[in-house]
Amino acid sequence: MKGNEAIAHAAIRYGVDGYFGYPITPQSEVLETLEAEMPWETTGMVVLQAESEVAAINMIYGGAAAGKAVMTSSSSPGVSLKQEGISYIAAAELPALIVNVMRGGPGLGTIQPSQADYFQATKGGGHGDYHLIVLAPSSVQEMADFVALGFDLAFKYRNPAMILADGIVGQMMEKVVLPEPRPRRTQQQIEEQCSWAATGRHGRKHRNVVTSLELDPARMELNNERFQRTYAEIEANEVRFATHYTDDADYLIVAFGSVARICLKAIEEARAQGVKVGLLRPITLWPFPKAEIARLARQVKGILTVELNAGQMIDDVRLASECRVPVAHFGRMGGIVPNPAEVLDALYNHFPEAKK
Amino acid sequence: MKEEIIIAGFGGQGVLSMGKILAYAGLMNDMEVTWMPSYGPEQRGGTANVTVILSDSAISSPVLDMYDTAVILNQQSLDKFESKVKAGGTLIYDPSGIHHKPTRSDINVVEVDAMEAMMEMNNSKTYNMILLGALLAVRPVVPLDAVLRGLKKTLPERHHHLIPLNEQALRKGMSLVGK
Repeated sequence: MKGNEAIAHAAIRYGVDGYFGYPITPQSEVLETLEAEMPWETTGMVVLQAESEVAAINMIYGGAAAGKAVMTSSSSPGVSLKQEGISYIAAAELPALIVNVMRGGPGLGTIQPSQADYFQATKGGGHGDYHLIVLAPSSVQEMADFVALGFDLAFKYRNPAMILADGIVGQMMEKVVLPEPRPRRTQQQIEEQCSWAATGRHGRKHRNVVTSLELDPARMELNNERFQRTYAEIEANEVRFATHYTDDADYLIVAFGSVARICLKAIEEARAQGVKVGLLRPITLWPFPKAEIARLARQVKGILTVELNAGQMIDDVRLASECRVPVAHFGRMGGIVPNPAEVLDALYNHFPEAKK
Repeated sequence: MKEEIIIAGFGGQGVLSMGKILAYAGLMNDMEVTWMPSYGPEQRGGTANVTVILSDSAISSPVLDMYDTAVILNQQSLDKFESKVKAGGTLIYDPSGIHHKPTRSDINVVEVDAMEAMMEMNNSKTYNMILLGALLAVRPVVPLDAVLRGLKKTLPERHHHLIPLNEQALRKGMSLVGK
Protein backbone atom coordinates (compact mmCIF):
# COMPACT_ATOMS: atom_id res chain seq x y z
CA MET A 1 0.00 0.00 0.00
CA LYS A 2 0.94 3.66 -0.25
CA GLY A 3 2.69 5.44 2.61
CA ASN A 4 -0.28 7.75 3.07
CA GLU A 5 -2.63 4.77 3.28
CA ALA A 6 -0.31 3.11 5.81
CA ILE A 7 -0.61 6.14 8.09
CA ALA A 8 -4.40 5.93 7.99
CA HIS A 9 -4.49 2.19 8.73
CA ALA A 10 -1.90 2.54 11.50
CA ALA A 11 -3.93 5.34 13.09
CA ILE A 12 -7.05 3.20 13.27
CA ARG A 13 -5.09 0.26 14.68
CA TYR A 14 -3.32 2.42 17.27
CA GLY A 15 -6.67 3.41 18.69
CA VAL A 16 -6.53 7.06 17.68
CA ASP A 17 -9.58 8.96 18.94
CA GLY A 18 -9.81 11.55 16.23
CA TYR A 19 -8.41 12.66 12.88
CA PHE A 20 -9.11 16.19 11.64
CA GLY A 21 -7.75 17.27 8.29
CA TYR A 22 -8.21 19.12 5.06
CA PRO A 23 -7.22 17.55 1.72
CA ILE A 24 -4.05 18.60 -0.07
CA THR A 25 -1.80 16.71 -2.50
CA PRO A 26 0.38 14.69 -1.95
CA GLN A 27 -1.24 13.40 1.25
CA SER A 28 -4.97 13.34 0.50
CA GLU A 29 -4.98 9.52 0.69
CA VAL A 30 -4.70 9.76 4.48
CA LEU A 31 -8.15 11.33 4.76
CA GLU A 32 -9.52 9.33 1.81
CA THR A 33 -8.42 6.01 3.34
CA LEU A 34 -9.88 6.92 6.73
CA GLU A 35 -13.17 7.83 5.09
CA ALA A 36 -13.20 4.57 3.12
CA GLU A 37 -12.39 2.51 6.24
CA MET A 38 -15.13 4.22 8.26
CA PRO A 39 -13.48 3.61 11.67
CA TRP A 40 -16.35 5.46 13.41
CA GLU A 41 -18.34 2.29 12.78
CA THR A 42 -15.73 0.03 14.38
CA THR A 43 -13.38 1.70 16.89
CA GLY A 44 -15.45 4.84 17.31
CA MET A 45 -12.63 7.01 15.93
CA VAL A 46 -13.83 10.40 14.73
CA VAL A 47 -12.78 11.33 11.18
CA LEU A 48 -13.61 14.85 10.14
CA GLN A 49 -12.82 16.90 7.07
CA ALA A 50 -12.56 20.34 8.62
CA GLU A 51 -13.38 23.56 6.78
CA SER A 52 -9.71 24.55 6.73
CA GLU A 53 -6.26 23.60 8.02
CA VAL A 54 -6.59 26.24 10.74
CA ALA A 55 -9.84 24.70 11.93
CA ALA A 56 -8.30 21.21 11.87
CA ILE A 57 -5.32 22.13 14.04
CA ASN A 58 -7.57 23.87 16.56
CA MET A 59 -9.79 20.78 16.69
CA ILE A 60 -6.59 18.87 17.54
CA TYR A 61 -5.85 21.45 20.24
CA GLY A 62 -9.26 20.89 21.78
CA GLY A 63 -9.19 17.10 21.49
CA ALA A 64 -5.68 16.91 22.95
CA ALA A 65 -6.72 19.15 25.88
CA ALA A 66 -9.33 16.50 26.72
CA GLY A 67 -6.63 13.81 26.78
CA LYS A 68 -7.65 12.26 23.47
CA ALA A 69 -5.17 10.80 20.98
CA VAL A 70 -5.74 13.15 18.06
CA MET A 71 -3.95 13.82 14.80
CA THR A 72 -3.99 15.84 11.62
CA SER A 73 -2.13 15.61 8.35
CA SER A 74 -1.38 18.04 5.58
CA SER A 75 1.30 19.11 3.13
CA SER A 76 3.64 22.09 3.22
CA PRO A 77 1.31 25.07 2.51
CA GLY A 78 -1.33 23.53 4.78
CA VAL A 79 1.19 22.93 7.54
CA SER A 80 2.22 26.59 7.37
CA LEU A 81 -1.39 27.48 8.10
CA LYS A 82 -1.32 25.22 11.16
CA GLN A 83 1.73 26.82 12.77
CA GLU A 84 -0.12 29.10 15.18
CA GLY A 85 -2.09 26.14 16.52
CA ILE A 86 1.05 24.00 16.77
CA SER A 87 2.77 26.66 18.88
CA TYR A 88 -0.29 26.80 21.17
CA ILE A 89 -0.37 23.01 21.52
CA ALA A 90 3.34 22.98 22.40
CA ALA A 91 2.88 25.81 24.91
CA ALA A 92 -0.13 24.06 26.47
CA GLU A 93 2.03 20.91 26.81
CA LEU A 94 -0.34 18.66 24.90
CA PRO A 95 0.30 15.41 23.05
CA ALA A 96 -0.73 15.39 19.38
CA LEU A 97 0.48 14.00 16.08
CA ILE A 98 0.91 16.19 13.01
CA VAL A 99 1.85 14.68 9.66
CA ASN A 100 3.51 16.79 6.96
CA VAL A 101 3.97 15.09 3.59
CA MET A 102 6.19 17.79 2.10
CA ARG A 103 5.85 19.19 -1.41
CA GLY A 104 7.88 21.70 -3.37
CA GLY A 105 7.73 25.29 -2.10
CA PRO A 106 7.85 28.07 -1.17
CA GLY A 107 4.33 29.37 -1.62
CA LEU A 108 1.77 27.10 -3.19
CA GLY A 109 4.72 25.58 -5.04
CA THR A 110 4.40 22.18 -6.70
CA ILE A 111 2.88 18.88 -5.64
CA GLN A 112 6.10 16.91 -6.14
CA PRO A 113 8.38 15.71 -3.30
CA SER A 114 10.42 18.11 -1.21
CA GLN A 115 12.17 18.39 2.17
CA ALA A 116 12.18 22.17 2.30
CA ASP A 117 10.16 22.31 5.54
CA TYR A 118 13.08 20.99 7.62
CA PHE A 119 13.71 24.38 9.23
CA GLN A 120 10.00 24.87 9.88
CA ALA A 121 9.64 21.46 11.52
CA THR A 122 12.84 21.37 13.57
CA LYS A 123 13.40 25.03 14.49
CA GLY A 124 9.91 25.94 15.60
CA GLY A 125 7.80 27.01 12.66
CA GLY A 126 5.37 28.75 14.93
CA HIS A 127 6.40 31.44 17.39
CA GLY A 128 8.17 31.00 20.69
CA ASP A 129 10.81 28.68 22.12
CA TYR A 130 9.37 25.26 21.45
CA HIS A 131 10.30 22.03 19.75
CA LEU A 132 8.34 19.31 18.08
CA ILE A 133 9.55 15.72 18.22
CA VAL A 134 10.21 15.23 14.50
CA LEU A 135 10.27 11.75 12.93
CA ALA A 136 11.43 11.26 9.32
CA PRO A 137 10.18 8.01 7.73
CA SER A 138 12.04 6.57 4.74
CA SER A 139 9.72 3.68 3.92
CA VAL A 140 6.05 2.79 3.90
CA GLN A 141 6.75 0.54 6.90
CA GLU A 142 8.08 3.51 8.86
CA MET A 143 5.06 5.60 7.82
CA ALA A 144 2.97 2.97 9.61
CA ASP A 145 5.33 2.47 12.55
CA PHE A 146 5.85 6.15 13.31
CA VAL A 147 2.17 6.73 14.03
CA ALA A 148 2.51 4.65 17.20
CA LEU A 149 5.98 5.96 17.97
CA GLY A 150 4.85 9.56 17.48
CA PHE A 151 1.86 9.17 19.78
CA ASP A 152 3.85 7.23 22.40
CA LEU A 153 6.50 9.96 22.54
CA ALA A 154 3.90 12.73 22.45
CA PHE A 155 2.07 11.27 25.46
CA LYS A 156 5.29 10.39 27.30
CA TYR A 157 6.57 13.96 27.13
CA ARG A 158 3.26 15.82 26.70
CA ASN A 159 4.66 17.42 23.59
CA PRO A 160 3.39 17.40 19.99
CA ALA A 161 5.17 15.08 17.55
CA MET A 162 5.44 15.45 13.80
CA ILE A 163 5.93 12.87 11.08
CA LEU A 164 7.94 14.80 8.49
CA ALA A 165 7.56 12.77 5.31
CA ASP A 166 7.93 13.71 1.68
CA GLY A 167 5.87 13.08 -1.42
CA ILE A 168 7.94 9.99 -2.28
CA VAL A 169 7.16 8.00 0.88
CA GLY A 170 3.61 9.33 0.79
CA GLN A 171 2.93 8.20 -2.77
CA MET A 172 5.07 5.08 -3.19
CA MET A 173 3.77 1.58 -2.54
CA GLU A 174 5.73 -1.02 -0.62
CA LYS A 175 5.16 -4.03 1.56
CA VAL A 176 4.04 -3.16 5.03
CA VAL A 177 3.23 -5.09 8.18
CA LEU A 178 0.55 -3.19 10.05
CA PRO A 179 0.55 -3.14 13.86
CA GLU A 180 -1.93 -5.32 15.75
CA PRO A 181 -5.16 -3.42 16.32
CA ARG A 182 -5.82 -2.33 19.87
CA PRO A 183 -8.92 -0.75 21.33
CA ARG A 184 -9.17 2.97 21.97
CA ARG A 185 -8.63 3.94 25.59
CA THR A 186 -11.76 4.17 27.69
CA GLN A 187 -12.68 7.49 29.26
CA GLN A 188 -11.55 6.07 32.61
CA GLN A 189 -8.17 5.08 31.16
CA ILE A 190 -7.77 8.55 29.66
CA GLU A 191 -8.47 10.19 33.01
CA GLU A 192 -6.00 7.88 34.77
CA GLN A 193 -3.30 8.46 32.16
CA CYS A 194 -3.88 12.20 31.70
CA SER A 195 -4.46 13.73 35.14
CA TRP A 196 -3.92 17.13 33.51
CA ALA A 197 -6.68 16.75 30.91
CA ALA A 198 -9.81 18.89 30.86
CA THR A 199 -12.21 16.00 31.38
CA GLY A 200 -14.60 17.53 33.90
CA ARG A 201 -14.10 18.17 37.59
CA HIS A 202 -15.64 14.93 38.93
CA GLY A 203 -15.56 16.13 42.54
CA ARG A 204 -11.94 17.28 42.38
CA LYS A 205 -11.13 20.48 44.29
CA HIS A 206 -9.13 22.08 41.48
CA ARG A 207 -10.06 22.62 37.89
CA ASN A 208 -7.78 21.48 35.08
CA VAL A 209 -7.32 24.50 32.85
CA VAL A 210 -5.46 24.01 29.59
CA THR A 211 -4.09 27.24 28.19
CA SER A 212 -1.02 28.70 26.57
CA LEU A 213 -1.71 32.14 28.04
CA GLU A 214 0.15 33.41 31.08
CA LEU A 215 -0.06 37.13 31.79
CA ASP A 216 2.67 37.12 34.44
CA PRO A 217 6.07 37.10 32.67
CA ALA A 218 7.80 35.63 35.70
CA ARG A 219 5.47 32.65 35.61
CA MET A 220 5.79 32.42 31.83
CA GLU A 221 9.54 32.19 32.28
CA LEU A 222 9.02 29.34 34.73
CA ASN A 223 6.82 27.65 32.13
CA ASN A 224 9.57 28.09 29.55
CA GLU A 225 12.13 26.63 31.93
CA ARG A 226 9.87 23.61 32.36
CA PHE A 227 9.55 23.26 28.57
CA GLN A 228 13.32 23.43 28.24
CA ARG A 229 13.77 20.68 30.84
CA THR A 230 11.40 18.51 28.82
CA TYR A 231 13.36 19.24 25.62
CA ALA A 232 16.63 18.39 27.38
CA GLU A 233 15.12 15.10 28.53
CA ILE A 234 13.92 14.32 25.00
CA GLU A 235 17.36 15.17 23.60
CA ALA A 236 18.98 12.86 26.16
CA ASN A 237 16.66 9.89 25.58
CA GLU A 238 15.02 9.91 22.19
CA VAL A 239 17.68 10.39 19.50
CA ARG A 240 17.16 7.83 16.77
CA PHE A 241 19.20 7.22 13.63
CA ALA A 242 20.29 4.46 11.27
CA THR A 243 23.75 3.93 9.80
CA HIS A 244 24.91 1.90 6.83
CA TYR A 245 28.54 1.13 5.94
CA THR A 246 29.89 3.68 8.44
CA ASP A 247 32.34 1.35 10.22
CA ASP A 248 35.14 1.83 7.70
CA ALA A 249 33.82 4.92 5.91
CA ASP A 250 36.20 7.59 4.61
CA TYR A 251 33.31 9.79 3.53
CA LEU A 252 29.87 10.19 5.03
CA ILE A 253 26.55 11.07 3.46
CA VAL A 254 23.86 12.41 5.80
CA ALA A 255 20.34 12.28 4.41
CA PHE A 256 16.86 11.71 5.80
CA GLY A 257 13.58 10.28 4.57
CA SER A 258 13.30 8.78 1.10
CA VAL A 259 16.44 10.63 0.00
CA ALA A 260 18.51 8.47 2.35
CA ARG A 261 17.50 5.46 0.26
CA ILE A 262 18.50 7.17 -2.98
CA CYS A 263 21.84 7.88 -1.30
CA LEU A 264 22.17 4.26 -0.15
CA LYS A 265 21.99 3.10 -3.75
CA ALA A 266 24.63 5.69 -4.69
CA ILE A 267 26.79 4.42 -1.81
CA GLU A 268 26.43 0.82 -2.97
CA GLU A 269 27.65 1.98 -6.39
CA ALA A 270 30.58 3.89 -4.81
CA ARG A 271 31.52 0.84 -2.74
CA ALA A 272 31.49 -1.25 -5.93
CA GLN A 273 34.08 1.25 -7.25
CA GLY A 274 36.15 0.81 -4.08
CA VAL A 275 35.22 4.16 -2.51
CA LYS A 276 34.38 3.81 1.17
CA VAL A 277 31.29 5.89 1.75
CA GLY A 278 28.85 5.49 4.64
CA LEU A 279 25.36 6.75 5.32
CA LEU A 280 23.88 8.29 8.43
CA ARG A 281 20.12 8.63 8.32
CA PRO A 282 18.66 10.72 11.13
CA ILE A 283 15.30 9.17 12.08
CA THR A 284 14.58 11.88 14.63
CA LEU A 285 15.34 15.24 13.03
CA TRP A 286 14.67 16.76 16.41
CA PRO A 287 16.29 15.63 18.62
CA PHE A 288 19.14 15.54 16.09
CA PRO A 289 21.80 12.78 16.25
CA LYS A 290 24.58 15.23 17.12
CA ALA A 291 26.77 12.83 19.09
CA GLU A 292 26.95 10.23 16.31
CA ILE A 293 27.80 12.88 13.72
CA ALA A 294 30.47 14.30 16.04
CA ARG A 295 31.90 10.79 16.43
CA LEU A 296 31.91 10.12 12.68
CA ALA A 297 33.40 13.56 11.96
CA ARG A 298 36.53 12.32 13.77
CA GLN A 299 36.69 9.34 11.41
CA VAL A 300 35.79 10.60 7.92
CA LYS A 301 37.51 13.04 5.56
CA GLY A 302 34.36 14.78 4.38
CA ILE A 303 30.60 14.87 4.81
CA LEU A 304 27.96 15.42 2.11
CA THR A 305 24.40 16.24 3.07
CA VAL A 306 21.78 15.41 0.45
CA GLU A 307 18.40 17.07 0.85
CA LEU A 308 15.43 18.07 -1.30
CA ASN A 309 16.06 21.71 -0.46
CA ALA A 310 18.68 24.45 -0.73
CA GLY A 311 20.61 23.15 2.30
CA GLN A 312 18.83 23.18 5.65
CA MET A 313 19.88 20.11 7.67
CA ILE A 314 23.46 20.93 6.64
CA ASP A 315 23.49 23.63 9.36
CA ASP A 316 22.84 21.01 12.05
CA VAL A 317 25.40 18.65 10.51
CA ARG A 318 28.02 21.41 10.48
CA LEU A 319 27.33 22.30 14.10
CA ALA A 320 27.41 18.66 15.16
CA SER A 321 30.64 17.98 13.26
CA GLU A 322 32.28 20.96 15.00
CA CYS A 323 33.92 21.92 11.69
CA ARG A 324 36.37 19.04 11.92
CA VAL A 325 35.86 18.13 8.26
CA PRO A 326 34.41 19.90 5.23
CA VAL A 327 30.63 19.56 5.02
CA ALA A 328 29.14 20.03 1.55
CA HIS A 329 25.54 20.11 0.36
CA PHE A 330 23.81 18.62 -2.63
CA GLY A 331 20.14 19.16 -3.17
CA ARG A 332 17.39 19.59 -5.71
CA MET A 333 14.51 21.96 -5.16
CA GLY A 334 10.96 22.68 -6.13
CA GLY A 335 9.86 19.04 -6.41
CA ILE A 336 12.77 17.62 -8.43
CA VAL A 337 14.18 14.36 -7.04
CA PRO A 338 17.80 13.46 -7.77
CA ASN A 339 18.67 9.92 -8.84
CA PRO A 340 21.50 7.82 -7.37
CA ALA A 341 23.90 8.75 -10.22
CA GLU A 342 23.46 12.45 -9.49
CA VAL A 343 24.21 11.87 -5.81
CA LEU A 344 27.38 9.99 -6.68
CA ASP A 345 28.44 12.75 -9.10
CA ALA A 346 27.88 15.33 -6.37
CA LEU A 347 30.00 13.33 -3.94
CA TYR A 348 32.89 13.11 -6.42
CA ASN A 349 32.41 16.74 -7.35
CA HIS A 350 32.76 17.97 -3.79
CA PHE A 351 35.40 15.42 -2.80
CA PRO A 352 37.41 14.67 -5.97
CA GLU A 353 40.11 12.95 -3.89
CA ALA A 354 37.54 10.27 -2.91
CA LYS A 355 37.75 8.86 -6.43
CA LYS A 356 41.24 7.40 -6.41
CA MET B 1 17.15 -11.55 -8.42
CA LYS B 2 16.42 -7.89 -8.85
CA GLU B 3 14.47 -6.34 -11.71
CA GLU B 4 14.24 -2.58 -12.10
CA ILE B 5 11.40 -1.66 -14.44
CA ILE B 6 10.05 1.59 -15.87
CA ILE B 7 6.64 1.72 -17.54
CA ALA B 8 5.93 4.97 -19.37
CA GLY B 9 3.22 6.33 -21.61
CA PHE B 10 0.22 8.63 -21.67
CA GLY B 11 -2.01 9.12 -18.65
CA GLY B 12 -5.09 6.95 -19.14
CA GLN B 13 -3.24 4.07 -20.85
CA GLY B 14 -3.17 2.14 -17.61
CA VAL B 15 0.52 2.69 -16.92
CA LEU B 16 0.16 3.12 -13.15
CA SER B 17 -2.30 0.26 -12.73
CA MET B 18 -0.13 -2.06 -14.82
CA GLY B 19 2.75 -1.24 -12.49
CA LYS B 20 0.54 -1.75 -9.48
CA ILE B 21 -0.60 -5.19 -10.61
CA LEU B 22 3.01 -6.14 -11.35
CA ALA B 23 4.07 -4.91 -7.89
CA TYR B 24 1.29 -6.87 -6.20
CA ALA B 25 2.28 -9.93 -8.23
CA GLY B 26 5.76 -9.55 -6.75
CA LEU B 27 4.21 -9.24 -3.30
CA MET B 28 2.20 -12.44 -3.89
CA ASN B 29 5.45 -14.09 -4.97
CA ASP B 30 7.09 -13.18 -1.62
CA MET B 31 9.40 -10.59 -3.15
CA GLU B 32 10.36 -7.13 -1.94
CA VAL B 33 8.64 -4.51 -4.09
CA THR B 34 8.50 -0.77 -4.58
CA TRP B 35 6.07 1.12 -6.82
CA MET B 36 6.93 4.75 -7.36
CA PRO B 37 4.61 6.78 -9.62
CA SER B 38 5.22 10.08 -11.31
CA TYR B 39 2.21 11.42 -9.49
CA GLY B 40 0.54 14.62 -10.48
CA PRO B 41 -1.96 16.22 -12.80
CA GLU B 42 -1.32 13.68 -15.54
CA GLN B 43 -4.14 11.22 -15.01
CA ARG B 44 -5.70 12.03 -18.36
CA GLY B 45 -3.57 12.67 -21.38
CA GLY B 46 -0.28 13.89 -19.93
CA THR B 47 2.75 11.66 -19.67
CA ALA B 48 2.77 9.17 -16.82
CA ASN B 49 5.37 6.75 -15.66
CA VAL B 50 5.96 4.34 -12.82
CA THR B 51 9.07 2.66 -11.49
CA VAL B 52 8.54 -0.88 -10.20
CA ILE B 53 11.34 -2.77 -8.48
CA LEU B 54 11.02 -6.50 -7.71
CA SER B 55 13.77 -8.05 -5.65
CA ASP B 56 14.68 -11.01 -3.48
CA SER B 57 16.45 -8.70 -1.03
CA ALA B 58 15.76 -5.30 0.55
CA ILE B 59 15.40 -2.45 -1.94
CA SER B 60 17.31 0.77 -1.35
CA SER B 61 16.30 3.55 -3.71
CA PRO B 62 12.80 3.63 -5.19
CA VAL B 63 14.12 6.28 -7.62
CA LEU B 64 16.47 5.09 -10.37
CA ASP B 65 18.60 6.45 -13.17
CA MET B 66 18.98 3.20 -15.16
CA TYR B 67 16.55 0.34 -15.69
CA ASP B 68 16.76 -3.36 -16.55
CA THR B 69 13.51 -3.20 -18.48
CA ALA B 70 11.47 -0.39 -20.02
CA VAL B 71 7.91 -0.66 -21.31
CA ILE B 72 7.33 2.31 -23.58
CA LEU B 73 3.96 3.40 -24.92
CA ASN B 74 4.58 6.76 -26.58
CA GLN B 75 7.25 8.78 -28.39
CA GLN B 76 7.98 11.17 -25.50
CA SER B 77 8.66 8.23 -23.21
CA LEU B 78 10.87 6.53 -25.78
CA ASP B 79 12.88 9.73 -26.22
CA LYS B 80 13.24 10.01 -22.47
CA PHE B 81 13.96 6.42 -21.46
CA GLU B 82 15.67 4.63 -24.38
CA SER B 83 19.06 5.83 -23.15
CA LYS B 84 18.19 4.80 -19.57
CA VAL B 85 18.02 1.08 -20.28
CA LYS B 86 21.09 -0.74 -18.95
CA ALA B 87 23.29 -2.36 -21.60
CA GLY B 88 21.94 -5.87 -22.10
CA GLY B 89 18.54 -4.77 -20.80
CA THR B 90 15.16 -4.96 -22.46
CA LEU B 91 13.01 -2.33 -24.16
CA ILE B 92 9.44 -3.30 -25.00
CA TYR B 93 7.45 -0.79 -27.03
CA ASP B 94 4.14 -0.46 -28.77
CA PRO B 95 4.77 0.79 -32.35
CA SER B 96 1.34 2.41 -32.61
CA GLY B 97 2.45 5.52 -30.75
CA ILE B 98 5.99 5.66 -32.13
CA HIS B 99 7.28 7.64 -35.14
CA HIS B 100 11.00 7.07 -34.61
CA LYS B 101 11.84 3.51 -33.63
CA PRO B 102 14.44 2.68 -30.98
CA THR B 103 17.97 2.63 -32.37
CA ARG B 104 20.10 1.00 -29.69
CA SER B 105 21.70 -2.29 -30.58
CA ASP B 106 23.15 -3.17 -27.16
CA ILE B 107 19.73 -3.90 -25.67
CA ASN B 108 16.98 -6.38 -26.46
CA VAL B 109 14.33 -4.36 -28.30
CA VAL B 110 10.92 -6.07 -28.51
CA GLU B 111 8.09 -4.62 -30.57
CA VAL B 112 4.65 -5.56 -29.22
CA ASP B 113 1.63 -4.34 -31.16
CA ALA B 114 -0.64 -4.26 -28.15
CA MET B 115 -2.91 -1.67 -29.76
CA GLU B 116 -3.76 -4.04 -32.58
CA ALA B 117 -4.25 -6.94 -30.14
CA MET B 118 -6.54 -4.73 -28.10
CA MET B 119 -8.63 -3.98 -31.21
CA GLU B 120 -8.88 -7.73 -31.83
CA MET B 121 -10.12 -8.21 -28.28
CA ASN B 122 -12.54 -5.35 -28.88
CA ASN B 123 -12.02 -3.93 -25.39
CA SER B 124 -9.82 -0.88 -24.77
CA LYS B 125 -9.46 -1.77 -21.10
CA THR B 126 -7.38 -4.84 -21.88
CA TYR B 127 -4.52 -2.74 -23.29
CA ASN B 128 -2.24 -2.67 -20.28
CA MET B 129 -2.76 -6.35 -19.45
CA ILE B 130 -1.75 -7.30 -23.02
CA LEU B 131 1.45 -5.36 -22.46
CA LEU B 132 2.01 -6.91 -19.04
CA GLY B 133 1.60 -10.36 -20.64
CA ALA B 134 4.21 -9.42 -23.24
CA LEU B 135 6.54 -8.13 -20.51
CA LEU B 136 6.22 -11.42 -18.62
CA ALA B 137 6.90 -13.43 -21.77
CA VAL B 138 10.15 -11.52 -22.34
CA ARG B 139 11.10 -11.13 -18.66
CA PRO B 140 9.41 -13.87 -16.59
CA VAL B 141 10.07 -12.07 -13.30
CA VAL B 142 6.87 -13.37 -11.71
CA PRO B 143 4.70 -16.36 -12.67
CA LEU B 144 1.31 -15.76 -14.27
CA ASP B 145 -0.58 -17.13 -11.26
CA ALA B 146 1.09 -14.51 -9.02
CA VAL B 147 -0.17 -11.83 -11.44
CA LEU B 148 -3.68 -13.26 -11.24
CA ARG B 149 -3.49 -13.24 -7.45
CA GLY B 150 -2.17 -9.68 -7.65
CA LEU B 151 -5.15 -8.74 -9.83
CA LYS B 152 -7.52 -10.23 -7.31
CA LYS B 153 -5.88 -8.21 -4.55
CA THR B 154 -5.89 -4.88 -6.43
CA LEU B 155 -9.29 -5.06 -8.13
CA PRO B 156 -12.28 -4.20 -5.96
CA GLU B 157 -14.51 -7.24 -5.46
CA ARG B 158 -17.24 -5.82 -7.71
CA HIS B 159 -14.79 -6.08 -10.61
CA HIS B 160 -13.63 -9.63 -9.91
CA HIS B 161 -15.82 -10.94 -12.72
CA LEU B 162 -13.36 -9.18 -15.06
CA ILE B 163 -10.42 -11.34 -13.95
CA PRO B 164 -10.98 -13.99 -16.67
CA LEU B 165 -10.97 -11.21 -19.31
CA ASN B 166 -7.73 -9.87 -17.86
CA GLU B 167 -6.22 -13.35 -17.90
CA GLN B 168 -7.20 -13.66 -21.56
CA ALA B 169 -5.47 -10.35 -22.24
CA LEU B 170 -2.35 -11.43 -20.35
CA ARG B 171 -2.19 -14.67 -22.36
CA LYS B 172 -2.78 -12.77 -25.61
CA GLY B 173 0.11 -10.47 -24.74
CA MET B 174 2.35 -13.44 -23.99
CA SER B 175 1.47 -14.99 -27.35
CA LEU B 176 2.50 -11.79 -29.21
CA VAL B 177 6.13 -12.19 -28.19
CA GLY B 178 8.37 -14.19 -30.48
CA LYS B 179 5.89 -14.03 -33.34
